[in-house]
Amino acid sequence: MKKYTEIAMRGVFFVAAIASILAVALICVFLFANGIPAMAEIGVFDFILGDKWAPNNVPASYGILPMILGSIYVTAGAIIIGVPIGILTAIFMAKFCPKKIYRFLKPAVDLLAGIPSIVYGFFGLVVLVPFIRNVFGGNGNSILTASILLGVMILPTIIGVSEAAIRAVPDSYYEGALALGASHERSVFFATLPAAKSGIMAGVILGIGRAIGETMAVIMVAGNQAIFPDSILDGVRTLTANIVMEMGYAADLHREALIATAVVLFVFILIINLLFSLLNRRAK
Amino acid sequence: MQQINKQTFKQKFSSYKKHPLSLFLLIIVILAAVLTFSALLFLIGYILVKGIPNITPDLFAWTYNSENVSLMPALINTITMTLISLLIAAPLGIFAAIYLVEYAKKGNKIVGIVRTTAETLSGIPSIVYGLFGMLFFVTTLKWGYSLLAGAFTLAIMILPLIMRTTEEALKAVPDTYREGSFGLGAGRLRTVFRIVLPSAVPGILSGIILAIGRIVGETAALIYTAGSVAVIPESLLDSGRTLSVHMYVLSNEGLHTDQAYATAVILLIIVMLINWLSGFVAKRVAKV
Repeated sequence: MKKYTEIAMRGVFFVAAIASILAVALICVFLFANGIPAMAEIGVFDFILGDKWAPNNVPASYGILPMILGSIYVTAGAIIIGVPIGILTAIFMAKFCPKKIYRFLKPAVDLLAGIPSIVYGFFGLVVLVPFIRNVFGGNGNSILTASILLGVMILPTIIGVSEAAIRAVPDSYYEGALALGASHERSVFFATLPAAKSGIMAGVILGIGRAIGETMAVIMVAGNQAIFPDSILDGVRTLTANIVMEMGYAADLHREALIATAVVLFVFILIINLLFSLLNRRAK
Repeated sequence: MQQINKQTFKQKFSSYKKHPLSLFLLIIVILAAVLTFSALLFLIGYILVKGIPNITPDLFAWTYNSENVSLMPALINTITMTLISLLIAAPLGIFAAIYLVEYAKKGNKIVGIVRTTAETLSGIPSIVYGLFGMLFFVTTLKWGYSLLAGAFTLAIMILPLIMRTTEEALKAVPDTYREGSFGLGAGRLRTVFRIVLPSAVPGILSGIILAIGRIVGETAALIYTAGSVAVIPESLLDSGRTLSVHMYVLSNEGLHTDQAYATAVILLIIVMLINWLSGFVAKRVAKV
Protein backbone atom coordinates (compact mmCIF):
# COMPACT_ATOMS: atom_id res chain seq x y z
CA MET A 1 0.00 0.00 0.00
CA LYS A 2 2.66 2.43 1.10
CA LYS A 3 4.67 1.60 -1.95
CA TYR A 4 1.77 2.48 -4.24
CA THR A 5 1.38 5.98 -2.78
CA GLU A 6 5.10 6.39 -3.13
CA ILE A 7 4.93 5.51 -6.83
CA ALA A 8 1.72 7.44 -7.44
CA MET A 9 3.11 10.63 -5.89
CA ARG A 10 6.29 10.26 -7.88
CA GLY A 11 4.05 10.22 -10.95
CA VAL A 12 2.23 13.35 -9.76
CA PHE A 13 5.50 15.22 -9.24
CA PHE A 14 6.67 14.12 -12.66
CA VAL A 15 3.51 15.34 -14.34
CA ALA A 16 3.85 18.70 -12.59
CA ALA A 17 7.42 18.96 -13.86
CA ILE A 18 6.22 18.26 -17.38
CA ALA A 19 3.65 21.07 -17.12
CA SER A 20 6.10 23.79 -18.11
CA ILE A 21 7.14 21.81 -21.19
CA LEU A 22 3.50 21.40 -22.07
CA ALA A 23 2.87 25.11 -21.58
CA VAL A 24 5.69 26.14 -23.89
CA ALA A 25 4.56 23.58 -26.48
CA LEU A 26 0.96 24.85 -26.33
CA ILE A 27 2.04 28.48 -26.63
CA CYS A 28 4.21 27.68 -29.64
CA VAL A 29 1.55 25.59 -31.34
CA PHE A 30 -1.25 28.10 -30.89
CA LEU A 31 0.78 31.15 -31.83
CA PHE A 32 2.40 29.57 -34.86
CA ALA A 33 -0.75 27.82 -36.06
CA ASN A 34 -2.66 31.11 -35.99
CA GLY A 35 0.14 33.38 -37.12
CA ILE A 36 2.02 31.51 -39.83
CA PRO A 37 -0.94 31.18 -42.25
CA ALA A 38 -1.44 34.93 -42.15
CA MET A 39 2.24 35.48 -42.83
CA ALA A 40 2.00 33.10 -45.77
CA GLU A 41 -1.08 34.85 -47.11
CA ILE A 42 0.42 38.33 -46.83
CA GLY A 43 3.82 37.07 -47.93
CA VAL A 44 6.66 36.83 -45.44
CA PHE A 45 8.66 39.62 -47.07
CA ASP A 46 5.68 41.93 -47.48
CA PHE A 47 4.81 41.30 -43.85
CA ILE A 48 8.18 41.72 -42.18
CA LEU A 49 9.71 44.24 -44.57
CA GLY A 50 6.55 46.01 -45.65
CA ASP A 51 6.62 49.68 -44.64
CA LYS A 52 2.91 50.35 -44.58
CA TRP A 53 0.48 49.16 -41.92
CA ALA A 54 -3.04 49.99 -43.08
CA PRO A 55 -5.44 47.17 -42.25
CA ASN A 56 -8.47 49.32 -43.05
CA ASN A 57 -7.40 50.32 -46.54
CA VAL A 58 -8.74 48.58 -49.62
CA PRO A 59 -6.68 46.63 -50.42
CA ALA A 60 -5.30 46.39 -46.91
CA SER A 61 -1.55 46.36 -46.39
CA TYR A 62 0.09 44.63 -43.50
CA GLY A 63 3.71 45.66 -43.22
CA ILE A 64 5.18 45.61 -39.74
CA LEU A 65 8.61 47.08 -40.45
CA PRO A 66 7.67 50.40 -38.79
CA MET A 67 6.72 48.48 -35.65
CA ILE A 68 9.84 46.33 -35.70
CA LEU A 69 11.95 49.48 -36.02
CA GLY A 70 9.82 51.15 -33.34
CA SER A 71 10.55 48.35 -30.91
CA ILE A 72 14.24 48.46 -31.77
CA TYR A 73 14.50 52.26 -31.41
CA VAL A 74 12.72 52.31 -28.07
CA THR A 75 14.74 49.37 -26.76
CA ALA A 76 18.00 50.93 -27.93
CA GLY A 77 17.04 54.15 -26.17
CA ALA A 78 16.24 52.26 -22.99
CA ILE A 79 19.63 50.51 -23.19
CA ILE A 80 21.49 53.81 -23.69
CA ILE A 81 19.81 55.26 -20.61
CA GLY A 82 19.40 52.21 -18.41
CA VAL A 83 22.61 50.24 -18.90
CA PRO A 84 25.24 52.78 -17.75
CA ILE A 85 23.17 53.88 -14.78
CA GLY A 86 22.26 50.30 -13.91
CA ILE A 87 25.81 48.94 -14.04
CA LEU A 88 27.23 51.90 -12.10
CA THR A 89 24.52 51.52 -9.46
CA ALA A 90 25.33 47.82 -9.23
CA ILE A 91 29.00 48.69 -8.72
CA PHE A 92 28.03 51.15 -6.02
CA MET A 93 25.88 48.56 -4.27
CA ALA A 94 28.47 45.81 -4.45
CA LYS A 95 31.68 47.70 -3.76
CA PHE A 96 31.09 51.25 -2.52
CA CYS A 97 27.98 51.18 -0.45
CA PRO A 98 28.18 51.30 3.36
CA LYS A 99 26.04 48.58 4.94
CA LYS A 100 23.71 51.15 6.44
CA ILE A 101 22.78 52.57 3.04
CA TYR A 102 22.62 49.11 1.47
CA ARG A 103 19.84 48.17 3.86
CA PHE A 104 17.68 50.83 2.19
CA LEU A 105 19.00 50.59 -1.33
CA LYS A 106 18.38 46.87 -1.80
CA PRO A 107 14.64 46.98 -0.96
CA ALA A 108 14.39 50.13 -3.07
CA VAL A 109 15.69 48.28 -6.11
CA ASP A 110 13.30 45.39 -5.39
CA LEU A 111 10.45 47.85 -5.17
CA LEU A 112 11.47 49.38 -8.49
CA ALA A 113 11.10 45.88 -9.95
CA GLY A 114 7.75 45.34 -8.28
CA ILE A 115 5.95 48.48 -9.40
CA PRO A 116 3.33 47.47 -12.00
CA SER A 117 4.06 48.58 -15.55
CA ILE A 118 0.71 50.33 -15.72
CA VAL A 119 1.80 52.59 -12.85
CA TYR A 120 5.03 53.37 -14.69
CA GLY A 121 2.98 54.12 -17.77
CA PHE A 122 0.65 56.42 -15.88
CA PHE A 123 3.59 58.22 -14.30
CA GLY A 124 5.08 58.63 -17.77
CA LEU A 125 1.81 59.98 -19.07
CA VAL A 126 1.30 62.60 -16.37
CA VAL A 127 4.92 63.59 -15.69
CA LEU A 128 7.31 62.64 -18.49
CA VAL A 129 5.11 63.45 -21.49
CA PRO A 130 4.40 67.06 -20.42
CA PHE A 131 8.05 67.44 -19.38
CA ILE A 132 9.37 66.37 -22.79
CA ARG A 133 6.74 68.51 -24.52
CA ASN A 134 7.77 71.62 -22.59
CA VAL A 135 11.51 71.11 -22.77
CA PHE A 136 12.10 69.61 -26.21
CA GLY A 137 8.91 70.48 -28.08
CA GLY A 138 6.82 68.10 -30.12
CA ASN A 139 3.73 66.63 -28.52
CA GLY A 140 5.61 64.72 -25.85
CA ASN A 141 4.60 61.23 -26.93
CA SER A 142 7.90 60.20 -28.41
CA ILE A 143 10.75 57.73 -28.70
CA LEU A 144 12.64 59.81 -26.16
CA THR A 145 9.86 59.61 -23.56
CA ALA A 146 9.42 55.88 -24.02
CA SER A 147 13.18 55.35 -23.85
CA ILE A 148 13.52 57.22 -20.56
CA LEU A 149 10.60 55.36 -19.01
CA LEU A 150 11.81 51.97 -20.21
CA GLY A 151 15.34 52.85 -19.13
CA VAL A 152 14.07 53.27 -15.57
CA MET A 153 11.98 50.11 -15.81
CA ILE A 154 14.90 47.87 -16.81
CA LEU A 155 17.16 49.30 -14.08
CA PRO A 156 16.26 46.69 -11.44
CA THR A 157 16.89 43.80 -13.86
CA ILE A 158 20.32 45.12 -14.83
CA ILE A 159 21.23 46.09 -11.27
CA GLY A 160 20.20 42.72 -9.84
CA VAL A 161 22.08 40.56 -12.33
CA SER A 162 25.15 42.83 -12.48
CA GLU A 163 25.43 43.07 -8.70
CA ALA A 164 25.36 39.28 -8.39
CA ALA A 165 27.98 38.99 -11.14
CA ILE A 166 30.27 41.55 -9.46
CA ARG A 167 29.91 39.87 -6.08
CA ALA A 168 30.75 36.50 -7.63
CA VAL A 169 34.23 37.72 -8.63
CA PRO A 170 36.78 36.40 -6.09
CA ASP A 171 38.05 39.08 -3.70
CA SER A 172 41.61 38.10 -4.55
CA TYR A 173 41.30 39.98 -7.88
CA TYR A 174 40.47 43.19 -6.07
CA GLU A 175 43.06 42.63 -3.36
CA GLY A 176 45.73 41.85 -5.93
CA ALA A 177 45.07 45.15 -7.67
CA LEU A 178 45.17 47.01 -4.34
CA ALA A 179 48.47 45.37 -3.47
CA LEU A 180 49.93 46.59 -6.74
CA GLY A 181 49.14 50.12 -5.64
CA ALA A 182 45.88 50.76 -7.47
CA SER A 183 43.26 52.88 -5.72
CA HIS A 184 39.96 51.36 -4.59
CA GLU A 185 38.15 52.75 -7.62
CA ARG A 186 40.75 51.57 -10.10
CA SER A 187 40.83 48.10 -8.54
CA VAL A 188 37.07 47.77 -8.83
CA PHE A 189 36.84 49.13 -12.36
CA PHE A 190 39.93 47.53 -13.90
CA ALA A 191 40.28 44.24 -12.01
CA THR A 192 36.87 43.18 -10.67
CA LEU A 193 34.64 44.58 -13.40
CA PRO A 194 36.32 42.91 -16.41
CA ALA A 195 36.04 39.57 -14.61
CA ALA A 196 32.29 40.09 -14.19
CA LYS A 197 31.87 41.00 -17.86
CA SER A 198 29.86 38.06 -19.10
CA GLY A 199 27.53 38.13 -16.09
CA ILE A 200 26.87 41.81 -16.68
CA MET A 201 26.26 41.18 -20.37
CA ALA A 202 23.69 38.55 -19.38
CA GLY A 203 21.96 41.19 -17.27
CA VAL A 204 21.93 43.63 -20.18
CA ILE A 205 20.42 41.02 -22.49
CA LEU A 206 17.76 40.22 -19.92
CA GLY A 207 17.05 43.96 -19.77
CA ILE A 208 16.70 44.06 -23.57
CA GLY A 209 14.14 41.25 -23.32
CA ARG A 210 12.17 43.22 -20.73
CA ALA A 211 12.25 46.37 -22.85
CA ILE A 212 11.13 44.69 -26.08
CA GLY A 213 8.31 42.85 -24.33
CA GLU A 214 7.02 45.81 -22.32
CA THR A 215 3.54 46.78 -23.39
CA MET A 216 1.40 48.87 -21.08
CA ALA A 217 3.98 51.49 -20.17
CA VAL A 218 5.10 52.01 -23.74
CA ILE A 219 1.61 52.24 -25.15
CA MET A 220 0.86 55.20 -22.87
CA VAL A 221 3.85 57.34 -23.80
CA ALA A 222 5.11 56.36 -27.26
CA GLY A 223 2.41 57.97 -29.40
CA ASN A 224 1.71 54.75 -31.34
CA GLN A 225 1.82 56.08 -34.91
CA ALA A 226 2.56 53.18 -37.26
CA ILE A 227 4.97 55.16 -39.43
CA PHE A 228 8.72 55.66 -39.61
CA PRO A 229 9.79 58.40 -37.19
CA ASP A 230 11.93 61.32 -38.40
CA SER A 231 13.46 62.20 -35.04
CA ILE A 232 13.53 60.96 -31.48
CA LEU A 233 10.77 63.44 -30.70
CA ASP A 234 8.40 61.63 -33.04
CA GLY A 235 6.07 58.93 -31.86
CA VAL A 236 6.48 55.28 -32.75
CA ARG A 237 4.41 52.16 -32.37
CA THR A 238 6.07 49.06 -30.98
CA LEU A 239 5.18 45.45 -31.83
CA THR A 240 3.54 45.04 -28.43
CA ALA A 241 1.51 48.23 -28.76
CA ASN A 242 0.30 47.16 -32.20
CA ILE A 243 -1.21 44.00 -30.72
CA VAL A 244 -2.92 45.62 -27.74
CA MET A 245 -4.33 48.55 -29.66
CA GLU A 246 -6.00 46.65 -32.48
CA MET A 247 -6.77 43.22 -31.11
CA GLY A 248 -9.97 44.47 -29.56
CA TYR A 249 -11.75 45.06 -32.87
CA ALA A 250 -9.68 43.14 -35.42
CA ALA A 251 -11.23 40.34 -37.46
CA ASP A 252 -10.16 37.79 -40.05
CA LEU A 253 -6.82 38.48 -41.73
CA HIS A 254 -6.25 41.62 -39.65
CA ARG A 255 -6.60 39.56 -36.47
CA GLU A 256 -4.29 36.88 -37.80
CA ALA A 257 -1.78 39.53 -38.84
CA LEU A 258 -1.75 40.75 -35.23
CA ILE A 259 -1.11 37.23 -34.01
CA ALA A 260 1.67 37.00 -36.59
CA THR A 261 3.06 40.19 -35.03
CA ALA A 262 3.16 38.31 -31.74
CA VAL A 263 4.99 35.48 -33.50
CA VAL A 264 7.68 37.91 -34.64
CA LEU A 265 7.93 39.27 -31.09
CA PHE A 266 8.09 35.73 -29.74
CA VAL A 267 10.94 34.84 -32.08
CA PHE A 268 12.83 37.96 -30.97
CA ILE A 269 12.40 36.90 -27.35
CA LEU A 270 13.50 33.33 -28.09
CA ILE A 271 16.70 34.62 -29.68
CA ILE A 272 17.32 36.90 -26.69
CA ASN A 273 16.69 34.02 -24.27
CA LEU A 274 19.11 31.84 -26.18
CA LEU A 275 21.80 34.54 -25.99
CA PHE A 276 21.11 34.95 -22.29
CA SER A 277 21.49 31.27 -21.45
CA LEU A 278 24.63 31.01 -23.58
CA LEU A 279 26.19 33.93 -21.71
CA ASN A 280 25.02 32.58 -18.38
CA ARG A 281 26.71 29.29 -19.10
CA ARG A 282 29.90 31.13 -19.96
CA ALA A 283 29.66 33.20 -16.79
CA LYS A 284 29.57 30.02 -14.77
CA MET B 1 49.25 57.47 16.88
CA GLN B 2 47.32 56.82 13.79
CA GLN B 3 45.73 53.65 12.59
CA ILE B 4 47.29 52.62 9.33
CA ASN B 5 44.10 51.28 7.77
CA LYS B 6 42.20 54.51 8.34
CA GLN B 7 42.64 57.64 6.30
CA THR B 8 41.75 61.12 7.33
CA PHE B 9 39.63 63.17 5.00
CA LYS B 10 42.62 65.29 4.10
CA GLN B 11 44.69 62.25 3.12
CA LYS B 12 41.86 60.95 0.98
CA PHE B 13 41.48 64.30 -0.68
CA SER B 14 45.13 64.59 -1.54
CA SER B 15 45.25 61.08 -2.95
CA TYR B 16 42.21 61.80 -5.12
CA LYS B 17 43.95 64.97 -6.30
CA LYS B 18 46.83 62.85 -7.50
CA HIS B 19 44.47 60.41 -9.23
CA PRO B 20 41.73 62.37 -10.98
CA LEU B 21 40.49 59.20 -12.74
CA SER B 22 39.71 57.59 -9.37
CA LEU B 23 37.83 60.67 -8.28
CA PHE B 24 35.89 60.68 -11.53
CA LEU B 25 34.96 57.01 -11.17
CA LEU B 26 33.86 57.58 -7.58
CA ILE B 27 31.69 60.50 -8.63
CA ILE B 28 29.92 58.71 -11.49
CA VAL B 29 29.25 55.66 -9.33
CA ILE B 30 27.67 57.74 -6.59
CA LEU B 31 25.79 59.83 -9.14
CA ALA B 32 24.28 56.72 -10.72
CA ALA B 33 23.12 55.37 -7.37
CA VAL B 34 21.61 58.74 -6.46
CA LEU B 35 19.82 58.86 -9.82
CA THR B 36 18.33 55.38 -9.39
CA PHE B 37 17.24 56.09 -5.87
CA SER B 38 15.76 59.50 -6.63
CA ALA B 39 13.87 58.15 -9.66
CA LEU B 40 12.12 55.71 -7.34
CA LEU B 41 11.51 58.31 -4.64
CA PHE B 42 10.16 60.82 -7.14
CA LEU B 43 7.82 58.28 -8.73
CA ILE B 44 6.42 57.05 -5.42
CA GLY B 45 6.30 60.51 -3.90
CA TYR B 46 4.54 62.01 -6.89
CA ILE B 47 1.90 59.29 -7.08
CA LEU B 48 1.28 59.39 -3.33
CA VAL B 49 1.06 63.18 -3.10
CA LYS B 50 -1.27 63.45 -6.08
CA GLY B 51 -3.24 60.34 -5.30
CA ILE B 52 -3.92 60.24 -1.59
CA PRO B 53 -6.23 63.29 -1.58
CA ASN B 54 -8.30 61.52 -4.26
CA ILE B 55 -8.99 58.45 -2.17
CA THR B 56 -12.60 58.98 -1.19
CA PRO B 57 -15.21 56.67 0.34
CA ASP B 58 -17.04 56.84 -3.02
CA LEU B 59 -14.23 54.88 -4.60
CA PHE B 60 -15.09 51.92 -2.43
CA ALA B 61 -18.78 51.89 -3.27
CA TRP B 62 -20.09 48.44 -4.06
CA THR B 63 -21.04 49.10 -7.67
CA TYR B 64 -19.36 50.83 -10.57
CA ASN B 65 -21.30 53.29 -12.72
CA SER B 66 -20.46 56.10 -15.06
CA GLU B 67 -20.79 58.75 -12.34
CA ASN B 68 -18.87 56.94 -9.70
CA VAL B 69 -16.04 54.87 -11.12
CA SER B 70 -15.71 52.73 -8.02
CA LEU B 71 -12.68 50.50 -7.79
CA MET B 72 -14.35 48.05 -5.44
CA PRO B 73 -15.38 45.49 -8.11
CA ALA B 74 -11.85 45.62 -9.52
CA LEU B 75 -10.37 45.13 -6.07
CA ILE B 76 -12.52 42.09 -5.41
CA ASN B 77 -11.74 40.68 -8.85
CA THR B 78 -8.05 41.16 -8.16
CA ILE B 79 -8.34 39.08 -5.00
CA THR B 80 -10.36 36.36 -6.77
CA MET B 81 -7.92 36.31 -9.66
CA THR B 82 -4.95 36.03 -7.30
CA LEU B 83 -6.52 33.16 -5.39
CA ILE B 84 -7.44 31.09 -8.46
CA SER B 85 -4.10 31.66 -10.18
CA LEU B 86 -2.25 30.61 -7.04
CA LEU B 87 -4.51 27.61 -6.57
CA ILE B 88 -3.41 26.40 -10.01
CA ALA B 89 0.19 27.52 -10.13
CA ALA B 90 1.38 26.97 -6.54
CA PRO B 91 0.85 23.17 -6.34
CA LEU B 92 2.07 22.72 -9.89
CA GLY B 93 5.18 24.82 -9.34
CA ILE B 94 6.00 23.31 -5.96
CA PHE B 95 5.50 19.74 -7.16
CA ALA B 96 7.58 20.39 -10.25
CA ALA B 97 10.38 21.77 -8.09
CA ILE B 98 10.12 18.74 -5.79
CA TYR B 99 10.55 16.47 -8.79
CA LEU B 100 13.55 18.42 -10.06
CA VAL B 101 15.33 18.59 -6.71
CA GLU B 102 14.29 15.46 -4.83
CA TYR B 103 13.44 12.84 -7.42
CA ALA B 104 15.25 13.43 -10.69
CA LYS B 105 18.59 11.69 -10.96
CA LYS B 106 21.67 13.61 -11.94
CA GLY B 107 22.07 13.83 -15.69
CA ASN B 108 18.37 13.24 -16.27
CA LYS B 109 17.61 14.70 -19.68
CA ILE B 110 14.12 15.80 -18.74
CA VAL B 111 15.48 18.05 -16.00
CA GLY B 112 17.47 19.98 -18.55
CA ILE B 113 14.46 20.37 -20.81
CA VAL B 114 12.22 21.47 -17.94
CA ARG B 115 14.78 24.08 -16.82
CA THR B 116 15.11 25.42 -20.36
CA THR B 117 11.35 25.65 -20.88
CA ALA B 118 10.88 27.32 -17.50
CA GLU B 119 13.54 29.86 -18.46
CA THR B 120 11.78 30.40 -21.78
CA LEU B 121 8.46 30.90 -20.01
CA SER B 122 9.89 33.52 -17.68
CA GLY B 123 11.16 35.52 -20.65
CA ILE B 124 7.93 35.59 -22.65
CA PRO B 125 6.31 39.06 -22.63
CA SER B 126 2.95 39.28 -20.91
CA ILE B 127 1.16 40.37 -24.10
CA VAL B 128 2.17 37.10 -25.74
CA TYR B 129 0.68 35.26 -22.77
CA GLY B 130 -2.42 37.35 -23.24
CA LEU B 131 -2.73 36.38 -26.90
CA PHE B 132 -2.12 32.73 -26.13
CA GLY B 133 -4.76 32.84 -23.38
CA MET B 134 -7.17 34.42 -25.83
CA LEU B 135 -6.51 31.80 -28.51
CA PHE B 136 -6.53 28.81 -26.18
CA PHE B 137 -8.73 29.44 -23.15
CA VAL B 138 -11.10 32.06 -24.56
CA THR B 139 -11.58 30.77 -28.10
CA THR B 140 -10.59 27.10 -28.31
CA LEU B 141 -11.94 26.04 -24.93
CA LYS B 142 -14.87 28.45 -25.39
CA TRP B 143 -14.63 29.98 -21.90
CA GLY B 144 -15.15 33.45 -23.32
CA TYR B 145 -13.66 36.51 -21.62
CA SER B 146 -13.71 35.22 -18.07
CA LEU B 147 -11.97 35.30 -14.72
CA LEU B 148 -11.10 31.64 -15.24
CA ALA B 149 -9.38 32.25 -18.58
CA GLY B 150 -7.44 35.14 -17.03
CA ALA B 151 -6.47 33.08 -14.01
CA PHE B 152 -5.19 30.17 -16.10
CA THR B 153 -3.17 32.56 -18.26
CA LEU B 154 -1.65 34.19 -15.19
CA ALA B 155 -0.99 30.77 -13.64
CA ILE B 156 1.23 29.82 -16.59
CA MET B 157 2.92 33.19 -16.32
CA ILE B 158 3.87 32.84 -12.64
CA LEU B 159 4.70 29.11 -12.85
CA PRO B 160 8.41 29.62 -13.60
CA LEU B 161 8.75 32.12 -10.75
CA ILE B 162 7.27 29.70 -8.21
CA MET B 163 9.29 26.81 -9.62
CA ARG B 164 12.55 28.69 -9.37
CA THR B 165 12.08 30.03 -5.85
CA THR B 166 10.88 26.65 -4.58
CA GLU B 167 13.83 24.92 -6.21
CA GLU B 168 16.21 27.31 -4.49
CA ALA B 169 14.46 26.83 -1.15
CA LEU B 170 14.60 23.04 -1.45
CA LYS B 171 18.25 23.07 -2.45
CA ALA B 172 19.04 25.17 0.61
CA VAL B 173 17.81 22.39 2.91
CA PRO B 174 20.95 20.54 4.07
CA ASP B 175 21.35 16.95 2.87
CA THR B 176 21.90 15.82 6.46
CA TYR B 177 18.17 16.34 7.07
CA ARG B 178 17.32 13.92 4.28
CA GLU B 179 19.95 11.42 5.34
CA GLY B 180 18.71 11.53 8.91
CA SER B 181 15.18 10.89 7.78
CA PHE B 182 16.18 8.01 5.48
CA GLY B 183 18.33 6.61 8.25
CA LEU B 184 15.30 6.44 10.54
CA GLY B 185 13.53 4.38 7.90
CA ALA B 186 11.26 7.01 6.33
CA GLY B 187 10.49 6.68 2.64
CA ARG B 188 11.23 9.38 0.09
CA LEU B 189 7.69 10.74 0.09
CA ARG B 190 7.53 11.03 3.86
CA THR B 191 10.97 12.65 3.90
CA VAL B 192 9.85 15.23 1.35
CA PHE B 193 6.61 16.16 3.10
CA ARG B 194 7.67 15.85 6.75
CA ILE B 195 11.29 16.94 6.68
CA VAL B 196 12.27 18.86 3.55
CA LEU B 197 9.16 20.89 2.79
CA PRO B 198 8.64 22.29 6.32
CA SER B 199 12.18 23.65 6.42
CA ALA B 200 11.75 25.16 2.96
CA VAL B 201 8.43 26.87 3.72
CA PRO B 202 9.75 30.43 4.20
CA GLY B 203 11.59 30.36 0.87
CA ILE B 204 8.59 28.95 -0.97
CA LEU B 205 6.32 31.49 0.69
CA SER B 206 8.46 34.43 -0.31
CA GLY B 207 8.32 33.18 -3.90
CA ILE B 208 4.55 32.92 -3.77
CA ILE B 209 4.30 36.43 -2.36
CA LEU B 210 6.39 37.71 -5.27
CA ALA B 211 4.04 35.87 -7.62
CA ILE B 212 1.11 37.70 -6.03
CA GLY B 213 2.88 40.92 -6.90
CA ARG B 214 3.12 39.86 -10.54
CA ILE B 215 -0.58 38.96 -10.63
CA VAL B 216 -1.72 42.22 -9.05
CA GLY B 217 0.38 44.31 -11.41
CA GLU B 218 -0.46 42.46 -14.62
CA THR B 219 -2.46 44.20 -17.32
CA ALA B 220 -1.45 43.12 -20.80
CA ALA B 221 -2.11 39.43 -20.20
CA LEU B 222 -5.60 40.13 -18.88
CA ILE B 223 -7.16 42.59 -21.31
CA TYR B 224 -7.95 39.90 -23.88
CA THR B 225 -8.49 37.01 -21.49
CA ALA B 226 -10.42 38.31 -18.48
CA GLY B 227 -11.76 41.33 -20.29
CA SER B 228 -12.53 44.66 -18.72
CA VAL B 229 -16.12 44.57 -17.49
CA ALA B 230 -16.33 46.57 -14.27
CA VAL B 231 -18.62 44.38 -12.21
CA ILE B 232 -18.18 41.66 -9.64
CA PRO B 233 -18.92 38.64 -11.84
CA GLU B 234 -21.50 36.13 -10.70
CA SER B 235 -19.48 33.15 -11.85
CA LEU B 236 -15.90 32.43 -12.76
CA LEU B 237 -16.93 32.22 -16.40
CA ASP B 238 -17.91 35.89 -16.47
CA SER B 239 -15.64 38.74 -17.39
CA GLY B 240 -14.19 41.05 -14.76
CA ARG B 241 -11.40 43.61 -14.59
CA THR B 242 -8.63 43.64 -12.03
CA LEU B 243 -7.20 46.80 -10.46
CA SER B 244 -4.44 47.17 -13.05
CA VAL B 245 -6.86 46.76 -15.93
CA HIS B 246 -9.19 49.22 -14.19
CA MET B 247 -6.38 51.72 -14.04
CA TYR B 248 -5.50 51.18 -17.70
CA VAL B 249 -9.08 51.78 -18.78
CA LEU B 250 -9.37 54.90 -16.61
CA SER B 251 -6.15 56.47 -17.86
CA ASN B 252 -6.96 55.49 -21.44
CA GLU B 253 -10.35 57.16 -21.33
CA GLY B 254 -8.72 60.23 -19.83
CA LEU B 255 -11.95 61.27 -18.10
CA HIS B 256 -11.17 60.10 -14.59
CA THR B 257 -7.57 61.08 -13.96
CA ASP B 258 -8.19 61.69 -10.25
CA GLN B 259 -9.53 58.19 -9.80
CA ALA B 260 -6.63 56.81 -11.81
CA TYR B 261 -4.26 58.51 -9.35
CA ALA B 262 -6.14 56.96 -6.46
CA THR B 263 -6.00 53.52 -8.08
CA ALA B 264 -2.27 53.97 -8.61
CA VAL B 265 -1.89 54.69 -4.90
CA ILE B 266 -3.79 51.52 -3.97
CA LEU B 267 -1.66 49.48 -6.38
CA LEU B 268 1.54 50.99 -5.03
CA ILE B 269 0.52 50.31 -1.45
CA ILE B 270 -0.28 46.67 -2.29
CA VAL B 271 3.07 46.26 -4.06
CA MET B 272 5.00 47.86 -1.19
CA LEU B 273 3.23 45.62 1.32
CA ILE B 274 3.99 42.55 -0.80
CA ASN B 275 7.65 43.47 -1.16
CA TRP B 276 8.01 44.11 2.53
CA LEU B 277 6.26 40.87 3.39
CA SER B 278 8.38 38.85 0.98
CA GLY B 279 11.57 40.35 2.38
CA PHE B 280 10.36 39.75 5.92
CA VAL B 281 9.58 36.10 5.21
CA ALA B 282 12.83 35.58 3.31
CA LYS B 283 14.79 37.01 6.25
CA ARG B 284 13.39 34.24 8.40
CA VAL B 285 15.03 31.77 6.00
CA ALA B 286 18.39 33.33 6.66
CA LYS B 287 17.91 32.91 10.41
CA VAL B 288 16.76 29.27 10.33
